[in-house]
Amino acid sequence: MKRILGLTGLYLLVAVIIFYAVFPFYYAIVSSLKPASQLFRLEYFPTAWAWDNYISVFREQPFAQNILNSLIVSISVVALSIFLGVTAAYALGRVQFRGRGMLLMVILGVSMFPQVAVLSGMFELVRWFGLYNNLLSLTLSYMTFTIPFTVWVLTTFMRGLPKELEEAAIMDGANPWTIITRVFMPLLWPALVTTGLLAFIAAWNEFLFALTFTLTNTQRTVPVAIALITGSSVHELPWGNIMAASVIVTVPVVVLVLIFQRRIVSGLTAGAVKG
Amino acid sequence: MTEQSELTRSRVGAAWLFLAPMLFLLLLVAGWPLLRTIWFGFTDANLSDLSQWKFIGIANYLADENGKWVGLLVDPEWWRAVWNTVYFAVISVTLETVLGMIIALVLNASFPGRAIVRTAVLIPWAVPTIVSAKMWSWMLNDQFGIVNDALMKLGLIAHPLAWTANPDLSMIAVIMVDVWKTTPFMALLLLAGLQMLPSDCYEAARVDGINPIKVFFKVTLPLVRPAVMVAVIFRALDALRIFDLIYVLTSNSKDTMSMSVYARQQLVDFQEVGYGSAASTLLFTTVGLLIVLYMVVGRVRFDKE
Repeated sequence: MKRILGLTGLYLLVAVIIFYAVFPFYYAIVSSLKPASQLFRLEYFPTAWAWDNYISVFREQPFAQNILNSLIVSISVVALSIFLGVTAAYALGRVQFRGRGMLLMVILGVSMFPQVAVLSGMFELVRWFGLYNNLLSLTLSYMTFTIPFTVWVLTTFMRGLPKELEEAAIMDGANPWTIITRVFMPLLWPALVTTGLLAFIAAWNEFLFALTFTLTNTQRTVPVAIALITGSSVHELPWGNIMAASVIVTVPVVVLVLIFQRRIVSGLTAGAVKG
Repeated sequence: MTEQSELTRSRVGAAWLFLAPMLFLLLLVAGWPLLRTIWFGFTDANLSDLSQWKFIGIANYLADENGKWVGLLVDPEWWRAVWNTVYFAVISVTLETVLGMIIALVLNASFPGRAIVRTAVLIPWAVPTIVSAKMWSWMLNDQFGIVNDALMKLGLIAHPLAWTANPDLSMIAVIMVDVWKTTPFMALLLLAGLQMLPSDCYEAARVDGINPIKVFFKVTLPLVRPAVMVAVIFRALDALRIFDLIYVLTSNSKDTMSMSVYARQQLVDFQEVGYGSAASTLLFTTVGLLIVLYMVVGRVRFDKE
């Protein structure tokens, strides 16, 4: 009897947790599928399937361009931080040298400082390079937060690889570059998937730098575009469009996260708990 | 023997070579801009032309202007932002820790359908912050929001509430959205901590027939405390720099403005790079001191083990 009561309690709790976690996104999907005439009628379940909002969000602003911008920035950020992360992680994870612990601490510190602290200096740098209102300014500035966790997670992983592999390669006369690309890379791919995904999501979601370093509609990334969708007046926000845009940019991320959920969880905990 | 040290030396050389690109970029995009921001804090730089500035000492922080104190340290709006940030960080991190622990305990129990819960819980984490701010401001809409509708149907409120516009409610709204968005992250960190605990303590407690709530407070909590501390510190440092959620949910309202929102408003909207940089520097110093404190305390405990 007590067991059944406990089990009912557990499943009740589970139901509450699932409802709490899923409902807001579910409601955004329901709202995005409503035609404008029904948007202000409250409904908890979808009654109509209208794609109007999805069409108008692309027609009323350069949303396709915004998505492309976000993709360009995120993919370049992932490529650059993986390259820098793997080379640095080899040095930090496999070689004993003086100052290594200090260096790791500094890198961890960088990951925690507030972005706004580099904003004015970064603004000056972006102008010097002539990159204001250019997507490259975002690739560059996003390195401030992707490098630290990429280096940390890959270093942790690199440390766990067997020493014998590397020794055998050295015996065969392999240089460090060959060791990284031929010996370690094939073993590293799970960690690369994890860090790549985390870097992609961080870049895809970033707002402060994207808001500050881009000016025109065609250079904006998706989060900024969504935040700046306005109607004819402040009190008439086109909620249908906003919800449609929100669903469009969230679905790919949610799908990626759900496919790779084990990898992501292990990456998050490696970055934090072992830090 | 000499061959060995030769090899070591060449490996250390290679290590620095491999570190160089990463270190160069990190210095370029983090080190240098940080130093420039601190420097700008002592100047009267303006965003319209960053090459024209004058060194003005600590006047951005505190200055005597005809017998009246002016500057950041006597600006009531700055202190309001500091209070908002601290209030937000303390309340939201506390709620996230408690709720995160409940979810982590549920996920740590084995029952059919556990994978579904784990998946569902990841959704708020995956939703971009801007999107969650927009989703919630639609749900919290004063006239057409589903939250008001649900609360009225349940008889908890008599009239619809203006969640994001009412000065008494807007901070609650911000905290509510942040808790929804970041509790999953907390839960996953705590779950990782729970899963590292040895199971024999539990078996001993279960054999002795001790009440599960007592087991949690007497056995689980003390054992999992280091993991909880790490998670709390990570979240707290993250909460202190909050920008995007507040900026989108309540824009530049004084009632919810955080230190980051204040600094950016001065820097970009008012173009006062000097003053804004001073504010950024104060925020950075606060966070930096907390990081140093954490690392020192963490190291001390690490050595004892």
